[in-house]
Amino acid sequence: MAMKRFLNKLALLFRRDQFRNELDEEMAFHRVQVEQELVDGGMPREMARTAAMRQFGNATRLNEQSREVVGFRIESVIQDLRFALRQLRRSPGFALTATAILALGMGVSVAIFSFVDAALLEPLPYASPDRLLSVDESSALFLRSNLSRADYEDWKRENHSFSSLDAYTGTGYLLNTSSGTVPVPAARVSDGFFSTLGIKMMLGRGFLPGEDMPGKPKIAILTYGTWLRRYGGRSDIIGRAVDLSGADYTIVGVLPRTFEFAPRRDSEFWVPLLDKSGCEQRRSCHNLYGVGRLRDGITVDAARAEMKAIAAQLAKQYPGSNQGQSASVIPLAEIIVGPVRPVLLTLLAGAGLLLLIACVNVSSLLLVRSESRRREIAVRGALGATPARLARQFVTEGLLLTAAGCAGGMFTGVWLMKLLSRLIPQNMLVHLPFLGDVSMNAHVIAFAASIALLAALLLAATPVLRLSFQDIRDGLTEGERGAAGRLWKRLGANLVVVELAVAVVLLAGAGLLGKSFYRLLHVDNGFDTTHLATVQVMAPESTYTKDAQKIALYREIERRLGALPGVESVGITSDLPVQCNCDTDWIRIAGKPFHGEHNEVNEREVSPAYFATLKARLIGGRVFTAADDVNHPRVTVINEALAKKYFPGEDPIGKMIGEGDLAPNSMRQVIGVIANVREGAADDNVWPAEYFSIYHETDRFFSVAVRTTQDEKAMLPSIVSALHQIDPNMGVFAEKTMTQQIESSETSLLHQFATWLVAGFAVMALVLGVVGLYGVIAYSVSRRTREIGVRMALGAQRGTVYAMVMRQAGRLTGVGLAIGLVCAIGASLLMRKLLFGVQAWDLPTLLSVAFVLGCASMAASFLPARRAASVNPTDALRAE
Amino acid sequence: MTRRPELLPGTLDMLILKTLTRGALHGYGIALSIKRSSDDVLTVEEGSLYPALQRLLVQGWVMGEWKVTETGRRARFYTLTAAGRKQLNVELSQFEQMITAIGRVLRDPQEA
Repeated sequence: MAMKRFLNKLALLFRRDQFRNELDEEMAFHRVQVEQELVDGGMPREMARTAAMRQFGNATRLNEQSREVVGFRIESVIQDLRFALRQLRRSPGFALTATAILALGMGVSVAIFSFVDAALLEPLPYASPDRLLSVDESSALFLRSNLSRADYEDWKRENHSFSSLDAYTGTGYLLNTSSGTVPVPAARVSDGFFSTLGIKMMLGRGFLPGEDMPGKPKIAILTYGTWLRRYGGRSDIIGRAVDLSGADYTIVGVLPRTFEFAPRRDSEFWVPLLDKSGCEQRRSCHNLYGVGRLRDGITVDAARAEMKAIAAQLAKQYPGSNQGQSASVIPLAEIIVGPVRPVLLTLLAGAGLLLLIACVNVSSLLLVRSESRRREIAVRGALGATPARLARQFVTEGLLLTAAGCAGGMFTGVWLMKLLSRLIPQNMLVHLPFLGDVSMNAHVIAFAASIALLAALLLAATPVLRLSFQDIRDGLTEGERGAAGRLWKRLGANLVVVELAVAVVLLAGAGLLGKSFYRLLHVDNGFDTTHLATVQVMAPESTYTKDAQKIALYREIERRLGALPGVESVGITSDLPVQCNCDTDWIRIAGKPFHGEHNEVNEREVSPAYFATLKARLIGGRVFTAADDVNHPRVTVINEALAKKYFPGEDPIGKMIGEGDLAPNSMRQVIGVIANVREGAADDNVWPAEYFSIYHETDRFFSVAVRTTQDEKAMLPSIVSALHQIDPNMGVFAEKTMTQQIESSETSLLHQFATWLVAGFAVMALVLGVVGLYGVIAYSVSRRTREIGVRMALGAQRGTVYAMVMRQAGRLTGVGLAIGLVCAIGASLLMRKLLFGVQAWDLPTLLSVAFVLGCASMAASFLPARRAASVNPTDALRAE
Repeated sequence: MTRRPELLPGTLDMLILKTLTRGALHGYGIALSIKRSSDDVLTVEEGSLYPALQRLLVQGWVMGEWKVTETGRRARFYTLTAAGRKQLNVELSQFEQMITAIGRVLRDPQEA
């Protein structure tokens, strides 16, 4: 039935001219018949014709009504559209401004959403990623810490929650290439790692069950990038041998191009766990991360409960190593996108606010227009346009603007996406690879469509609302007579208050983020970060096995680098500062009560000149000397935090520290205390730390810090080549200045990204808000010209007129500021995760925001105020 | 001028359909027929007749056909379709229910 009706209508649409003629003819016939009837009744023909016409009513209107029953209203829609286009063409300034503002708001929102989509909605390119969990240990200080290999093996065997539980850890190898020995990042994984993720090899095979056991053959899988770059993408790669740090590995597979694993993203070679490293032979040494796939029907909570129970059982069984160790079971996506979530959500909220301002701005522009078109509306109404028809006209105009704005917004959005992807620093992409491939996908388009719909609703509703409050007769009679329409004054002013308040929120957010970023970069690190060049070194295992060989290498590095012109001193350390609170040790103070708790402290091995090179401050005792080597007793330097926590109110110098069991070979004497050197990230707390002499606990992996007298960046190449001269087989990498190191840390990059974007939003919001204010004041002045004229004719001074206009602007600004500041504190509380060293209610920031907005508002209202004050009373009164 | 009672809202379609059961008629003929059969009580305004006829056409309840009248003018004659007949029955029964209900209310207000 409905179908038939539709077909009927369609048929009529195609022959609508014929249809119209038929209707006209039919009605004419009817008229003639009525006329005839009247004539037959004795009326003169002339009168009969008039009577028939009158009885029939407005033929055109009737025709229109009948057509509306039939058509799709398409004709009147086209008519409306044409009229709307004509209207917009008549005021191109309005049309362009409105379109541009909408396009800006839309574009920014769409672009930011595309990042949110890439990072938060579909970050993991694996089979059913929501069933993948990160399964790790946890302790009091580390809510998520590495798994020890022994614990991992027990967990894997005893759990029933996971269909598979696998482990991975990072490692590095020295690879001999045509251009010398280079260090390459790699990963060691358990046998089922790739099948747990649901990854199929592009070439060859994955690891088979049991291939990760100690003593099994050495095999390796390449990433697609490595296969292309290092092996030219040759197809006979499977079965070939590769020399990794002097050991022969057989290549068994190549990963697909799309493979990503953010936690170990830069790994080029993936090998099975195989032989247990020194650390892996001890249950107390944690170096693996776990990833598990939940069995069907098992919830995350159930899995967490089971793992905690297993961990508790192990803690009972092995109290020495496992006391206080529990399990951490969280979605894998959480591990990967956790750090960026607050940033992205903040940005999305910022973009949303900007879009809100844009829409409010455009709808107040529309209001102003409908205000100045009162006459036109009234005339059209008086000529017989129904309210619905008038409303449709305005809706059409609103929709046309939205369409133009959205089209512009999509272009802006795509452009911004490209721009922002390029702005994301490489270091950050390493941690968050998915941010690199944002695109206009279905999600983003759906998002764009829904905000377009909202914008359309808002823009169509504003003038209709305006229209429905208005009495046509008022419009006809009022003309340009008096004070600005009350409704406009109320609604328009409210809209401006909203705009200003939103601008305040964004400005305050930007101010707080900027301040946090500044604090972050200027946090007290406990050492001089300028003129410090750093580089990481990996010495080949074959040449440097014995302690003596490694110590000789350290000495040689200190001597050769120290001899370079412009070098002041050279320090060697196991970990550079401002990296992470990691590589920790559990300590026990001799002679103090102990109940098996984990006293977690950072552990670093450093050379005698290290503290001097950093310019760290010695508080008491002494630092290491060249004599503190393997042939002498173990001694330790502690930081102030350790001294305060474990030796409150005493002098720690000379005290003994050991491991949990105070085994004689673990005991070391405290010889010195240094002021805290920040080992962890800039926004982490300073932890207690103990330092050992690297001459005593040697390692093949270490970092070198070089204090220079000249530009440290320019020194990096000569430092690298000097190291290569010492041993060409040594891997030398990550050469950076300390300043670069700090500025490119993940924490600081995230803050930087957020700060710049929010600041950009805030500037746009400020401009839009102030332009909105200007519009309101200027419009109100233009409507009140006559009133002002009367006032001046009655003796008002120019100063009074100024004051009157400025007072109006001041009131709006004041209300906007007050609401905005309250909302700003609320909003800042929501994003306090991103704030560092500054409170949400930071007074200087809020005051500067108020000052900036106040100045901008005053400037914006000064122009219309001047125009008002320069009104010539005679002209104003004569004008109408 | 005396006011004539207005058509009950919603009954125009039914009246047109009913009128057409007696054979094909043009618009003027329908108006005339309704007026005559109601002893001049019901007058169909032209302003509502033609939109109503378009509505019935689109619904497929009537069919229009151009013929020449006895006076020699072309006019569109409307005939009832099968669907129209069915619709008429539906509307008639609904109308009767309504009338009965109204009658019941009016007959004895005290008992209500």
